Amino acid sequence: MLNRTALEALTQRPLPFLGSAWPWRCAAYLLAAAVPGAAVGAAVFATIPLGVVAAPVVLVLCLPLVAWFERRRLRLVDGVPLPEVAGGRGREAGLAVVTVLALWWIDLVMLGFTVGGPVVLMLSPVVQPEAEPGVAAAGSVAGVLLLPVAAYTITAWGGARGAMVRAMLAPQGSELNEVLRSRARLVDAFETERRRIERDLHDGAQQRLVSLSMALGLARLDLPDDSPAGRMVGQAHEEAKRALAELRELIRGVHSQVLTERGLGAAVRDVAGRSPVPVDVDVELAGRLPAPVEVTAYYVVSEALANLAKHSRATRAAVTGRVEGGTLVVEVRDDGVGGADPAKGTGLTGLADRLAVVDGRLSLSSPIGGPTLMRAEIPCA
Amino acid sequence: MRVVIAEDAVLLREGLVGLLERFGHTVAAAVGDAPALLAAVAEHRPDAVVTDVRMPPGFADEGLRAALELRERHPDLAVLVLSQYVEQTYAAELLEPGNGAGIGYLLKDRIGDVREFVDALDRVAAGGTVVDPEVVRQLLRRRRDPLARLTPREQEVLGLIAEGRTNASIAKELFVTEAAVAKHIANIFAKLDLPPAADGHRRVLAVLEYLK
Repeated sequence: MLNRTALEALTQRPLPFLGSAWPWRCAAYLLAAAVPGAAVGAAVFATIPLGVVAAPVVLVLCLPLVAWFERRRLRLVDGVPLPEVAGGRGREAGLAVVTVLALWWIDLVMLGFTVGGPVVLMLSPVVQPEAEPGVAAAGSVAGVLLLPVAAYTITAWGGARGAMVRAMLAPQGSELNEVLRSRARLVDAFETERRRIERDLHDGAQQRLVSLSMALGLARLDLPDDSPAGRMVGQAHEEAKRALAELRELIRGVHSQVLTERGLGAAVRDVAGRSPVPVDVDVELAGRLPAPVEVTAYYVVSEALANLAKHSRATRAAVTGRVEGGTLVVEVRDDGVGGADPAKGTGLTGLADRLAVVDGRLSLSSPIGGPTLMRAEIPCA
Repeated sequence: MRVVIAEDAVLLREGLVGLLERFGHTVAAAVGDAPALLAAVAEHRPDAVVTDVRMPPGFADEGLRAALELRERHPDLAVLVLSQYVEQTYAAELLEPGNGAGIGYLLKDRIGDVREFVDALDRVAAGGTVVDPEVVRQLLRRRRDPLARLTPREQEVLGLIAEGRTNASIAKELFVTEAAVAKHIANIFAKLDLPPAADGHRRVLAVLEYLK
């Protein structure tokens, strides 16, 4: 296995680890800490006679240099390239300040104790001439035995220091967050577009069809049913009504007005009411939730109920919804045949994707033979 | 009967005016938004109001809210709410027990069946309760256990009861005798464990209450 950081190297078996360059690299890393510490300290001391203001100014001027050095030094213990992140300059300055004020001497103290201790023990016969020869020899042996331990300690601290620097320069997930944010923007854009389409259909096509249907209905009143014209108008009237019914279903699928106005509970009850499979709804929420949470949860429930009606052969289903510890938990269960598999269709993966955008999670239990339980968790914060 | 119409689509509003006038009603005012509806009712004191759910200024549920407000101010005013889709939530709010008689909730599609539509308005104005059959169908689907015991014919009759029809009207619709209808209704009430009631709208409310 390729070890790219000192911490990863620690997980090797002992002999290969002790034989590797990692303990030495970490020792060098920690030793190098003396460079910025000593240099900046010297510079500041040298400028103290020039006045009270001069020292801090020199310190600030040194910061970019120290940060550059820290970045270079990091390569000794961490071979993974550092990503460029927003606000990098501020982060570098912060790291430099912490390095100059605290970290450099902690590094040296760590190095001193872990290496110095065994070395002093090994030199027992020399540094403690008055001790009995047997005791001195035992001290030397103990010192030799402690050296491998020192290698571990040094590598652990070097790795931890490296992780610290990495975390300060490029906090974890900074790039992933950016991706998720852009996905959330896309979903928002889709949602806005859906609402616009719904509005357009509602205000345009649907109203015209109602008017048309009404006009045809009125015309029918004046025409005898058994006349050719009456039959034609009757036929047209039926067609218009069918078109209206189809359009109604289409619009409803595009966007739920009740969701916007009355919230998740009411919208779920409505969608459950339309399901061909009887659905028990138990959604108890104290108030309205943030819009993205409501829209996502509604989407999950309607998709789940649609799937259930199509594939599950269930005779009964239940939807529950609760907010537990700041997380909305929605469960859809049915007594159907089970065997729902995310690998088989895009429906379930689509749901998981949709949930990921709001930091939510989807879990599914659907053994062959049923029952199926789908659980979605969405943080409400 | 004097009616005030609230509907924001001009074409449809004019159509409704023509339709109601053709059946001998007087349209006191036809307005396009909720505030204008409240003002028109205050000014004209009509017998009935026909209103859309979604209206300006917010294009949300202003029409429904206005209807509820009007009912509070004028408990005798008959209100027929037209909705683009069947939303049980809206129907439930409108038909809340205690809201009394003279309430209707219909799909806009029903306007096309002009004669039935005007009949429904008449029933609401006469103090009846009219619920769109689509709402009843959805409620039926939800409460399956005891309703499964109803025969298809009985379910059909139940739907017509929800529309606020009288026995005579149901008999005519289904081409059966009134006695047969009465027998069906007695069976339905027995199967649903509902006390029989003669009053048209109370029958509807009893059924809806059971279905909730």
